[in-house]
Amino acid sequence: MSSSALVRHPAEAEAPAAAAEQAPAVTPPHQTATFGAMAARWYRLNKGRLRAIAVGSISLIVFLVAWHLLTKYRVVFFVRFTNVPSPLAVYDSFKRAIHDPMFLMHVALSCRRILLGFTLAALVAVPLGLVMGRFKLIHEMIFPVSEVLRPIPAIAWVPMAIMLWPTNEQSIVFITFLGSFFPILVNTLHGMTLVDPVLVRAARCLGAREAAIFREVYFPASLPHIFTGLTVGMGVAWVSLIAAEMISGQYGIGYFTWEAYSLVQYSDIALGMIAIGVLGLTSSLLIRAIGRLVMPWGRA
Amino acid sequence: MNLIDTKSAAATTTKGHVDVKNFSLSYETIDGSFEAVTDTQIHVKPGEFVSIIGPSGCGKSTLLNAVAGFLKPTTGTVTVDGELVKGPSAERGMVFQQYSLFPWKTVRENVEFGMKMRGMDRSQRERAARTLLGLAGLEAFEKHYPDRLSGGMKQRVGIVRALATGPKVLLLDEPFGALDAQTRVIMQQILTNMWQRLKISVLFVTHDIDEAIFLSDRVYCMTARPGSIKAEIPIPLERPRQQSMMMSSEFLALRRGLMSLIREESLKAMGGEITDLGMQGLNIELQGQSLADVL
Repeated sequence: MSSSALVRHPAEAEAPAAAAEQAPAVTPPHQTATFGAMAARWYRLNKGRLRAIAVGSISLIVFLVAWHLLTKYRVVFFVRFTNVPSPLAVYDSFKRAIHDPMFLMHVALSCRRILLGFTLAALVAVPLGLVMGRFKLIHEMIFPVSEVLRPIPAIAWVPMAIMLWPTNEQSIVFITFLGSFFPILVNTLHGMTLVDPVLVRAARCLGAREAAIFREVYFPASLPHIFTGLTVGMGVAWVSLIAAEMISGQYGIGYFTWEAYSLVQYSDIALGMIAIGVLGLTSSLLIRAIGRLVMPWGRA
Repeated sequence: MNLIDTKSAAATTTKGHVDVKNFSLSYETIDGSFEAVTDTQIHVKPGEFVSIIGPSGCGKSTLLNAVAGFLKPTTGTVTVDGELVKGPSAERGMVFQQYSLFPWKTVRENVEFGMKMRGMDRSQRERAARTLLGLAGLEAFEKHYPDRLSGGMKQRVGIVRALATGPKVLLLDEPFGALDAQTRVIMQQILTNMWQRLKISVLFVTHDIDEAIFLSDRVYCMTARPGSIKAEIPIPLERPRQQSMMMSSEFLALRRGLMSLIREESLKAMGGEITDLGMQGLNIELQGQSLADVL
């Protein structure tokens, strides 16, 4: 904080000075002067963000260079980089993969599984959490079961899932569903317990009945926590999906990564990992964007 | 929504008679039952502005919450226009100290809420909400979310929202307690102005003596716990009330009277903590006087 404050001062001092110099010098001064001033202003207002982008880019470049050097000189220092593919090799296989319908199909299938599993989990867990938060009896009935099932990692469900579901595809979607289900449920429930009782009383005083209170107070009041749950749930969904694909899958980006190891396609391992990272990041950014759309009252 | 129309407002002054009879309310705790309010009678005539003041913890908010329908009296009855209060309803609008605006609704949506619950259609309630917001000087903020508003503005929205359903009675629970002194004075003025136009019965809970005198037709003073009515003081100051009246001898006399009543009860409320016996150990010379006199 203090460092960014220190950085800001010279820019502020410069901008008006620059504008003052330009204004008398140019004959039709207004457009150029205001453009300069506007650019300076834009720069000042977005300085923090620009800096974050610059620093972020540098750190990414440093990471890539370090990776390149470590693999180029096949460093062995506790960790062995002998067989690790270099960033350039990964880039080559990326160029190949992007035109390879098989690779694209792996990615598309994983996305489809996430979409199905996660959407189902959200559709079940959010209403369940809302109802559990509102009605004591339902909470008392469901909470103990969910508390026992919750600590079981989704991967531990793989054998059971294979028994439960007729097709491999269904059991993978089921694992994904389970992974995101509990974070969403727990956060929704938490959001419900934090609803300000005064708001509920205010709604009652304005003539709201039970259903309206649920729709107009409890639900919007819990939304920020529901979205926290969805973000966390999305992360866990990817973790579970990849594990399920590696163990029981045919197809999918997790399967692709594991298969690359079996086939000694080392650069494809890294490609698969990076693809998983990018997909995971994209999906959680997507949820955050939806959250901002749905909750315009919250400060961004 | 013709409650802004003064002609029909005059007709509504026959509504809003609040009657609280033989009221007591106790809570069950592990140590037995705990009496918050005992043997209390109050009433508000249609169109009257009545305040309840008392030391903190005397049960004045409890009483107000029972009138709102959030609490059930242990004994006695609460009626509005002869009808027994069974639960909260839009008939009794309430304004809370903590503003209690819905953060996910814009100012206008907040004001519209009660009308929406009544099933009024969108264009009609939009128009009504705009008119009411104009009355409170908040037209320009109709599309803002509450977190962009100052405390005074939030509370104005809270009052407008409670009035928007056309309630028989407006209940206010220390509505200006969280505001700074200057804002509070302005809000009191706004509230009296609105009340005078709408001619609605008001029951106002506060611990601020000046506020109670400035606003009310009548003030009930409550005793320390268990709360009951200690005194009922009519406020004969003329209306409309002006800020300058707060310096008048009439106002100051009322203020002195209420001060001494409250002071007595506040001391009683603190009685468990400071007693003559407790002070002896501190070696304070009371010279034969009782502690209450010394303090």
